Amino acid sequence: MSRGRIMKSIIKYILVVLLVAGFGQANAQITEKPGFGKYAITGATIHTVTNGTIENGVVLIEGKYITLVGNNARVPADFTKIEADGKHVYPGFMDSGSQLGLVEINAVPVTVDSREVGNFNPNVVAFTAFNPHSVAIPVTRVSGVTHVMTAPSSGRISGQGSIMNLWGYSPDSMAIDARAGMVVSWPSSMKRGSFDRRSDKEIKEEFEEQVKELDDMLDKARFYNSMMEAYEDDPNGKEQPDKNIYLESMRETVRGETPVVISVTRDKDILEAIKWATDEKNEDLNVIFYNVQEGWRVADEIAEAGIPCLVKALYLPLRPYDHIHRPYENAGALHKAGVKVAIISGEIENVRNLSFEAGYAAAYGLGVEEALKAVTINPAQIFGIDDMVGSIEEGKMANLFISDGDPFEPVTQIEQVFISGYMIPMVSRHTQLYEEFLDRDSVE
Amino acid sequence: MKKSLLTLLALFTVISLQAQETGSVLIKNATVVTITNGELENTDVLIRDGKITRIGENLSAPRGVETIDATGKYLSPGIIDAHSHLNTVSTNESRNPVTAEVTMEESVNPNDIAIYRAIAGGTTSIHLMHGSANVIGGQGETLKLRYGASQDGMRMANAPRTIKFALGENPTRVHGQGSGIHPRTRMSVEQVIREHFDMAIDYKRNREEYLTAKTTYDRRKRGVPPVPVAQNLRLEVLSDIIDGEILVHCHSYRADEILMLMRVFNDYGVKNYTFQHANEAFKVAPELAKNGAHTSIFADWWAYKFEVYYSTAYNATILNENGVINSINSDSDELIRHLNHETGKTIRYGQTSVEDALKMITINPAIQLGIEDRVGSIEEGKDGDVVIWSGHPISIYSKVEQTYIDGKKYFDLNEDPADMRISVNPGQDYETASFSSEILAGRHVDACMEDTFILFEGTNHSHE
Repeated sequence: MSRGRIMKSIIKYILVVLLVAGFGQANAQITEKPGFGKYAITGATIHTVTNGTIENGVVLIEGKYITLVGNNARVPADFTKIEADGKHVYPGFMDSGSQLGLVEINAVPVTVDSREVGNFNPNVVAFTAFNPHSVAIPVTRVSGVTHVMTAPSSGRISGQGSIMNLWGYSPDSMAIDARAGMVVSWPSSMKRGSFDRRSDKEIKEEFEEQVKELDDMLDKARFYNSMMEAYEDDPNGKEQPDKNIYLESMRETVRGETPVVISVTRDKDILEAIKWATDEKNEDLNVIFYNVQEGWRVADEIAEAGIPCLVKALYLPLRPYDHIHRPYENAGALHKAGVKVAIISGEIENVRNLSFEAGYAAAYGLGVEEALKAVTINPAQIFGIDDMVGSIEEGKMANLFISDGDPFEPVTQIEQVFISGYMIPMVSRHTQLYEEFLDRDSVE
Repeated sequence: MKKSLLTLLALFTVISLQAQETGSVLIKNATVVTITNGELENTDVLIRDGKITRIGENLSAPRGVETIDATGKYLSPGIIDAHSHLNTVSTNESRNPVTAEVTMEESVNPNDIAIYRAIAGGTTSIHLMHGSANVIGGQGETLKLRYGASQDGMRMANAPRTIKFALGENPTRVHGQGSGIHPRTRMSVEQVIREHFDMAIDYKRNREEYLTAKTTYDRRKRGVPPVPVAQNLRLEVLSDIIDGEILVHCHSYRADEILMLMRVFNDYGVKNYTFQHANEAFKVAPELAKNGAHTSIFADWWAYKFEVYYSTAYNATILNENGVINSINSDSDELIRHLNHETGKTIRYGQTSVEDALKMITINPAIQLGIEDRVGSIEEGKDGDVVIWSGHPISIYSKVEQTYIDGKKYFDLNEDPADMRISVNPGQDYETASFSSEILAGRHVDACMEDTFILFEGTNHSHE
């Protein structure tokens, strides 16, 4: 090989390497690596959520965890200092109702993994189809939402929702709780609208049939669970039962270890769902309500039943005669009645609007303090992960963000996000397009 | 029963009559967000017979004019939404790619509860549009949200004529995919427009030649009578577009199709147009600015369909910084209730100034509808379309306290009854909701595509 040809092939090799590296970069979830190690945030107002507000405070982050929260704390020399004088530190927000990572483009069916065929799919788990490289994830997390419950949505038993951190390269490294809740769509005993031509009798019969199907499924799962438990406790002298993938997936649910997240919207349906949830035969279940757009109509009954609710604020009143502000007031009304409330976005690509949903709930009856809880500690408590996330406390996962003001206000800038201790690069496709196109023709 | 019906009828009549009226009011001591002249503290605004007649300090009310104390509150012009299907009776005439002859004129429901919800959010005018099924759809109506007026009473008198164009996925799906006719691609969308513009130019020439020949023949009664060129409403509207008599509002998403339409319009001499949605407008902001084209966009909607996948919520800021006149619209009965907060998002994404953010829901949409001499700012001589807010209109905690249109109060938070319907649907029982939207399905309905879903059986209707 001549010298020239060697040079050529070296250049070619370098080009290929550069190209591959370039592609790798362009296709990655983000284009920068996050920081990880020891960080000290100083000088900020710390909204701990569980232990009040600390002025001029210090938060130490070591690896994945918060190791110190206080003021007048000495910052050890080996910590990277983040001076945040005049800024605010909040726990990372949790959206406990979304489809983030399951759907990339809603109108393109091949990118929709949230709606399995069939009415009963307790065995499918959001975790499996959660795409850690969805473009919507960085778009979401730079807004201060650090973890979400993302869930399937079709049929009667839709499948299991998963609570995911919004940083990581695999679902395994991102899951806070892969099997966070069994999502059930409550059958309606009400007319679907003026186009619904069914008679009252037909509606009633259809509703009862649907509830019976749900009950049958649970009864089978209970029987299966007790049979399996009996065998697992003492296999001696017993025939091994055959495995059933559907019933197997419901064992934790019927034991009350995984909550049943019941999606229910209207007042009569909510009352039916309460009756069902508080029935003796279902006392082993851990029930959470999702959606409850008309929760305000039956808030006392929900409170009495002790069922926590996951609700939106920005939606239209269901009935033409409903007061215009009822949707905004729903969360506040539920809270006042004594219901534990979490605010959700119900979104896919715009989970970042969670802070504005909370802001509306705050303005219309819930108050700022409670609205903040409704996107931090409340959802964590509802899903039993409050030992890990939901507040700024020593020992908890370092999911938090720094802002220049009230995060519910549109004018506020979210300046730095930490997820599981990773200092997240504040970039997303949206910021990248901004950087590139703000002054498009300024190419040197 | 009969009595209550009569009462309802009487109420309806009273509201209808009132809707034609104008009002007078003196609003005192507000922080006036003028839009065109900064924020004026402790300032009074006098509206007489529907017009803003004075802005200043220590004004006193003329005899018979009510005074409102707005100390500590903010006064802004009413919000204008340049893209709405709020109270349409039907939205799409989707069986032909060009239906320029249809209008929204007869498609206005003045009693729709959605109007009340919108004025409760501070919106006073909307651009009621045809859908996006067709490349050249129907003509729009600029309405004032005079809830309960007659169809005619809702219309903003003397507002310029408008028409809806649509590019990209919606027309290619409805016609190419749904019906197997042109256009199926963006290539053909351009050709459909050019072909119809050419037809309109030829039509106009032929028609004028015929009319001239006919006049001559009628006078002389000699020779052969001219072959008639029949009147064609569709081509007349298209001809009016080319002559600059109609403002074009074009549903569009991608940068390439935006450039395409600007090329076509330059070739035919069409000026004064606004790109609606325009998610990728930021990519061609310099070209938009150079052509004097306007944009009217969502604050943050993206990724719900493929053509909005490569979007950014910083769109508004980039357009604004590049000198493009941009507005934030709703295209939604939900978002229209809080456009103040939607435009506030332009501050979070890109730190647009508060002043410019507010222009995007007031004077900018007014410019795009050709009504900026009437509405969109607090100026003497303009219409008395104003909103009193509990705090600064950009704050998420601020509530609309009162909304005035032509100086007449249409919404008052403190006098707001539980049920504000004007008409009751007799086919619906009191318990039944009109429609229950699903959160879990969670997606916003593309109002632009209403009435077209019959073409796509088996697809998920709420997700297109």
